[in-house]
Amino acid sequence: MIPAMKSNPGASVKNPETESVWKILSEIPDPEVPVISIVELGIARDVEIKDDKVIVSITPTYSGCPAMNAIEKEIVSLLKANGMNPEIKIVYSPVWTTDWISDAAKAKLLAYGIAPPEKSSMDKNSLSVHPKIIQCPKCRSENTELISQFGSTACKALYRCKDCKEPFDYFKCH
Amino acid sequence: MENNSYLFEYSLRIGDTSLILGQRLGEWCGHGPILEEDIALTNIALDLIGQSRAFLTYAGQVEGNGRTEDDLAYLRGEREFRNLLIVEQPNGDYGQTILRQFLVSIFQYYFFDELTKSQDKTLAALAEKSLKEVAYHVRHCGEWVKRLGSGTVESHQRMTYAVDELWRFTGDLFDSDETDRELISKGIAVDLSKIKLLWDNKVNEIFTLATLSIPENSYMIRGSREGKHTEHLGHLLAEMQSLPRAFPGTIW
Repeated sequence: MIPAMKSNPGASVKNPETESVWKILSEIPDPEVPVISIVELGIARDVEIKDDKVIVSITPTYSGCPAMNAIEKEIVSLLKANGMNPEIKIVYSPVWTTDWISDAAKAKLLAYGIAPPEKSSMDKNSLSVHPKIIQCPKCRSENTELISQFGSTACKALYRCKDCKEPFDYFKCH
Repeated sequence: MENNSYLFEYSLRIGDTSLILGQRLGEWCGHGPILEEDIALTNIALDLIGQSRAFLTYAGQVEGNGRTEDDLAYLRGEREFRNLLIVEQPNGDYGQTILRQFLVSIFQYYFFDELTKSQDKTLAALAEKSLKEVAYHVRHCGEWVKRLGSGTVESHQRMTYAVDELWRFTGDLFDSDETDRELISKGIAVDLSKIKLLWDNKVNEIFTLATLSIPENSYMIRGSREGKHTEHLGHLLAEMQSLPRAFPGTIW
């Protein structure tokens, strides 16, 4: 059974025990996009305390995301360091979407030089390529072009700005 | 067969197809025709291997004998694999790899789209996850099929050859057996006859733009549902499984 999901864990009913776990989780950066945390990215989905166990549910961004193992290890070691007895649960539903990335986190991505995903997710029904207008994170020009659908990590595509001539990563809508 | 055996078998088919295709694409790592394509093919491989990990883990749970994703991937013999025959075919040149990917990705796209409605909640959730990734694969490969098919005399010739090589394995995509029928009746499996027309239409659309033709009256090679493979799978497994076979119990 999959626990109810919280797109904004801070806004949910406060429970001091889980609260401290969420605080620790929100300090864990994504290994490949270190300016945002795994909570901001929507990877940490739920915290549940059962007897003496702290069960943290996480969901992969992409099925094959190699960062998942690193994230799992990081959560376990940090919670243990805080005297907790952690257990990781991988959940697949509801399916991860870039819509879970908060606006604040999107602003951090932009400042870091990664064009953030557009709102309202992907159009998975479209099987043909419709290039979107993506703003250059460096000079903010909209005169940009897609170089490749696949970039430095599974979650990014490669773009190029035709004004400032800089290539940049775009966090794909998903 | 018992209920769980059907579900085990079914999950294996999905997981094995992604696994073997991912392994094939991995062979391109460091050998892509251009850097962006090297990255694209390995990104697709990563998605596929990620999908296979989830489906094989589930297969192991359903079976209930304690087999993990690694046990299933590394410690089964050729005849125990249930991947589609087309995915084990050699990479050939870049055009052949792209065409194989295109034909399989479209199949996976419509397949996973239907599987999201499965009564089996785990399969439905994994399908929804995979579907988003596969949509990228279809778009990427479709664009290349068009460009290579309608590109130069040389690229057109090579794509025509690739079609001739691969088309005979496309019948295998839509075969169904007792496992399918049993699970369709429970609302768990995808009725492949439903997605055949969608697949045909999409392939036709892109082939037309690519100036490629579908071979007529092609002899179809079948057998993946029973683990009857072409000679290529054994070679692939020998390489993929060499480390865990040589050092039993080794972990990463």
